[in-house]
Amino acid sequence: MKPSQEQQVWMYKHMLVSRFFEEVIEKIYMEGKSPAFNMANGPIPGEMHLSNGQEPCAVGVCAHLTAEDVVTSTHRPHHVAIAKGVDLKAMAAEIFGKRTGLSGGRGGHMHIFDPKVNFSCSGIIGQSVGPAVGAALSRVMQKKSGIAVAYLGEGAANQGAFHEALNMAGVWKLPVIFIIEDNSWGISVSKRASTAIDRNSDRAVAYGMPGEFIAGNDPVAIFDVVGEAIARARNGEGPTLIEIETSRLAGHFMGDGETYRPAGEKEALQKIDPIPVMKQRLLDEGILTDATDAALIEEAHAAVDAAIQFARDSEYAAPEEAMEKVFV
Amino acid sequence: MTQVKEKERKLTIARAMAEAIAQEMRTDDKVFVMGEDIGELGGVFGNTRGLHEEFGGERVRDTPISETAFIGAAVGAASDGMKPVVELMFVDFFGVCFDAIYNMMAKNTYFSGGNVTVPMVLMTSTGGGYSDGGQHSQCVHATFAHLPGMKVVAPSNAYDAKGMMIAAIRDPNPVVFMFHKALQGMGWLGTEKEAIVHVPEAAYEVELGKAVVTRPGTDVTIVGITSGVHFGLKAARILEEQGVSAEVVDLRSLAPLDRDTVIESVKKTGRLIVVDEDYHSYGMTAEIIASVVEAGVPLKAAPQRVAYPDIPIPFARPMEQWALPSPEKIIAAFNKMKED
Repeated sequence: MKPSQEQQVWMYKHMLVSRFFEEVIEKIYMEGKSPAFNMANGPIPGEMHLSNGQEPCAVGVCAHLTAEDVVTSTHRPHHVAIAKGVDLKAMAAEIFGKRTGLSGGRGGHMHIFDPKVNFSCSGIIGQSVGPAVGAALSRVMQKKSGIAVAYLGEGAANQGAFHEALNMAGVWKLPVIFIIEDNSWGISVSKRASTAIDRNSDRAVAYGMPGEFIAGNDPVAIFDVVGEAIARARNGEGPTLIEIETSRLAGHFMGDGETYRPAGEKEALQKIDPIPVMKQRLLDEGILTDATDAALIEEAHAAVDAAIQFARDSEYAAPEEAMEKVFV
Repeated sequence: MTQVKEKERKLTIARAMAEAIAQEMRTDDKVFVMGEDIGELGGVFGNTRGLHEEFGGERVRDTPISETAFIGAAVGAASDGMKPVVELMFVDFFGVCFDAIYNMMAKNTYFSGGNVTVPMVLMTSTGGGYSDGGQHSQCVHATFAHLPGMKVVAPSNAYDAKGMMIAAIRDPNPVVFMFHKALQGMGWLGTEKEAIVHVPEAAYEVELGKAVVTRPGTDVTIVGITSGVHFGLKAARILEEQGVSAEVVDLRSLAPLDRDTVIESVKKTGRLIVVDEDYHSYGMTAEIIASVVEAGVPLKAAPQRVAYPDIPIPFARPMEQWALPSPEKIIAAFNKMKED
């Protein structure tokens, strides 16, 4: 399944928005955190897991989805949220902890919930999987359209929740796609040191579903394979497990010294940064010109800047509002 | 002066824990360490730093992100003669592996009539205050302490951390060793300086299940654990300026719970404030107050508790800081008692 020119431009643009968003977040996150790095300080406190490098996993999948489809993501959620159409201003405000944020500041960057586009995520490894299976079951039981997509990291594939949920999805032939973003690192522990087989996609055999491995961190290749899987799911033909080889260009979280990386790894990954690679391809194929590229870049920056400005300008909720929304 | 300085060897809790584990590993080859990122990285919170370098990957093993597997495996290894020290990175993550903890680790000794022991240490980080959101900031002290069969300890300073870790490793029972992130001495999480204290180099034990009077006083007893102790000490200093003598009791252990030390203190002061960063209802604060009331200690005022409100921990800094216990809240609680 090949993406149209329009779809390729859409994917490229959303990769740009995501990357620019992360770059600005990275910069603002460091405000107030020097000379001593203390997570509690600055306009964006707490942990921060940036998605730089993993954008293809977001756009190659979400290009096939509409707002009604359900996506559950991970502790590293921004790129997927952006591709899924989460309101960028409200997401930025949530990351700043402001009242105008998606959750009024209660959730923060690891807990992005936007029911308008059926997006959610969790800070607990492996806990994206069960809820996606449940959403798919709900659509079947309610005879409603739409499928579910669960994102997880390759490290989460060693959680029991992953195996239990895949088995159940396989037994019930649910319309759910499991997307493993294989960036080869679970914080400091490599995939090789933690996973008994080379490819998690091979584990699909055990759960009676197709398994696909996509090399190269290439949005077009992802679009192709995922498109077939989603078509099967929409057609009542059950779930698929897909592992995407991707790269984490940043640390596990901001402040990570990354001493565990082999020398030269990061530099090598930066050389195959998926965004310049995609750009060059689009230019080569005549889908993009320097002028349209410049316009897309400007548009992406404008969207990010507006969202960040909105977040900065917004007020915090009153402290005692912490007591609200425990029950509704 | 110089000599005194040489004797002073101030360590963070993180370093004290790592030193304790290393010393036990040197003298007992059955001790080994398992967990996520505890190997070359030295633990996300620094408490296994240097161990991989000294003892290698066989005895200091990084695990997959599979808590059910490696905590379950620790139960099996402990019952087969080993002494595992395993880490659950954030206590918030206990959800996925609690069967291994409370239905296996905590019960196998009893189920076997004491014939099978589970000498393992489960160390885990607790606490918030740095905007890490509601799945990375909890204490859940009471959740663990409520369930019989495991010792639950939580030091507030590096001296206790070393002595209690050594005691925990040597203990034939399973011990949950909680360490509060803000007391850990990791700059990036903020650092409570008073948790960094002199730690003797030679190995020593601090008996588990024993509270300690950290600051003597006569007018009110402030009982806390980990961060609660430091909030209590700060409140006591402010109260002192107001002419009030506050006694601060560091529980150090939640199970077994040293009720006697608390009761003796309240017998003297007649007033009780309990401070806990864990949730308010059904928690440690209620247990302490109930224990004092049950003992029939005469009270000059109704006991007060300063605990986390019954809400998931909010991310936004203003809301989180508002919800946390604080010295100010302790003083407000004391002032309320004066009105009684």
